[in-house]
Amino acid sequence: MSLIEIKDMYKIYEMGSDKVHALDGVNLTIEEKEFVAIIGPSGSGKSTLMNMIGCLDTPTSGKYLLDSEDISKFSDRRLAKVRNKKIGFIFQQFNLLKKMTALGNVERPVLYTGCRRQERRQQAKEALDMVGLTDRMGHKPNELSGGQQQRVAIARALVNNPPVLLADEPTGNLDSKSGDEIMKMITDLHEAGNTVILITHDSGIAEKADRVLHLSDGKIVSDTRKGSGI
Amino acid sequence: MRIYETVISAFSAVWAHKVRSILTMLGIIIGIFAVTALISVGQSSNAAVTEQIEGLGSNLLTISIRDSRANLDTDDIEGIGNLSGVAAVSPYVSSTYTVKNGNNSMEDISVAGVKADYQDIREYGLLSGRFITDRDSEKRLKVAVIGVDVAVELYNSYDVVGETISIDGIKYEIVGLLEEQGDDETESGDEIVLIPFVTAQRLMENTTISTIYASASSSDIVEAAVANIENYLLQYSSEDNGFTVTSQESILESLDEVTATQTAMLGGIAGISLLVGGIGIMNIMLVSVMERTREIGVEKAIGATRRDILLQFLFEAIIVSGIGGLIGIMLAQFGSGFVGTLAGTEVTVQSGVMLMAFAFSVVIGVGFGIYPAIKASKLNPIDALRYE
Ligand SMILES: Nc1ncnc2c1ncn2[C@@H]1O[C@H](COP(=O)(O)OP(=O)(O)OP(=O)(O)O)[C@@H](O)[C@H]1O
Ligand SMILES: [Mg+2]
Repeated sequence: MSLIEIKDMYKIYEMGSDKVHALDGVNLTIEEKEFVAIIGPSGSGKSTLMNMIGCLDTPTSGKYLLDSEDISKFSDRRLAKVRNKKIGFIFQQFNLLKKMTALGNVERPVLYTGCRRQERRQQAKEALDMVGLTDRMGHKPNELSGGQQQRVAIARALVNNPPVLLADEPTGNLDSKSGDEIMKMITDLHEAGNTVILITHDSGIAEKADRVLHLSDGKIVSDTRKGSGI
Repeated sequence: MRIYETVISAFSAVWAHKVRSILTMLGIIIGIFAVTALISVGQSSNAAVTEQIEGLGSNLLTISIRDSRANLDTDDIEGIGNLSGVAAVSPYVSSTYTVKNGNNSMEDISVAGVKADYQDIREYGLLSGRFITDRDSEKRLKVAVIGVDVAVELYNSYDVVGETISIDGIKYEIVGLLEEQGDDETESGDEIVLIPFVTAQRLMENTTISTIYASASSSDIVEAAVANIENYLLQYSSEDNGFTVTSQESILESLDEVTATQTAMLGGIAGISLLVGGIGIMNIMLVSVMERTREIGVEKAIGATRRDILLQFLFEAIIVSGIGGLIGIMLAQFGSGFVGTLAGTEVTVQSGVMLMAFAFSVVIGVGFGIYPAIKASKLNPIDALRYE
């Protein structure tokens, strides 16, 4: 069984009389431990697709099976649990909670699992250690550089050990040096056994993936695997 | 998420917006203060009046004759004293006069004409001398029993038996001095002069008897005594409301009714300010939900359920209103002295009222916090994340 299965997915926005097909009949399967890059022009539906995979958005029609379970039938409670335990989301804008320290931010997903304080602290510290920010634990987001903020966000995405990591242009707001660091971290995570799905505009970055999906106008126009000869 | 974690998280959110939280609290503080203080004023004045009425003796019966054709004379009144269940009876007539001893004088002193039984009815003790006797009344003697305040003011001494006191220019011999009665709400119980009933009728040029005091033999048979007296008086007046016989208990009952409605009204008026405070909470919570839309989106993206978000905002509202309520109650408690001077009674805030006020403040928090909280919880994660 595949980890992710998307069948005939549409997302249509009605803007007055206009209809925007953000996703226009997407079919896609992703196996465990794959490293998939999604590329395509702006407005082609990459983020929309990613948000569907991350259970943040609901499609107009179509099916999404995660671990062979039909997500559309899930209650709010179960969906929250999926977002909490199965998916780690890394955003272009970091999306950290501004009032909390780095440690507080990383602890947050563990809090929602119902873990006790001690355990939670421990897990969060380990995750921060993994991204090399042990010495910045007590800093708030506005006291950290962009690269550091994104590393906190990665720690937050990792802290519950989710099988799927989603990254929507994680280097889009970073200078090239920090961007390289973040990409190194993400490729390392893939090598450590995570399934990684990454949106990027940078063909250099896309090359690091095993598989590249090319989106255009809400459709997958090409799906290439490394070593398949293209 | 565990409930206590949500509470902690709500506390830190309230703390993070200190000024805003305090300003919002102010509405609740004022509302709860007003409600608590006004209800306490109502209750305390009721308690004061109750105490005063009970001080008159629980067996006391007051008979008012309104029918002018009833025409009871003193013998008829003796008849009441012979009824079963009635221990003592005395007609009563009173008016205010200026009383003098030489150049010392007091104005507006209550002078009452009573018979010997009145001492038992009011449970009067004497510091010296004797009380009015029935013989004094029959002979229309000009004798008087006075309260201690009159003695002190006019004679500057308690040694007054044998002295003369002038009432409306007529001299009376003082035969007794009452024990100190203490003050009540409006007048001193010690600024009184008692004289024989018939003497008083002549002084006041009033021969109709309209007030009679009696006492029941024991507090268990007050009701029976009232019924017997009513029965007896029917031969003098068959008119509706020709006379009334009231026991202390029935006075207390009607008093309780009056003060209960009064208290409810006061509380209701103060409740309006609480309502305004509640609307303030709702207002601020709605602003807060809007400002924190993105934050809510992030929380949802990392695993918050609708319930987590709902409880977070609901607890924030409850914390603001609950703390506001506690402060309001404390203000009412510490300010009760000040409120008491304004209201003219000693005010105590009862613990029942405090509990009720606190519960009410929490209810306000839930009532006005629930809508913003539901609104926050229902946000779609991706819409919330995209919110600018
Ligand atoms: N809430 C919305 N309402 C209306 N249209 C929307 C909404 N969200 C997305 N769209 C439209 O859906 C299409 C796909 O958007 P999406 O964000 O997925 O693009 P993208 O490929 O991620 O672009 P970019 O590379 O610029 O991030 C766009 O045409 C966009 O205008
Ligand atoms: Mg995008």
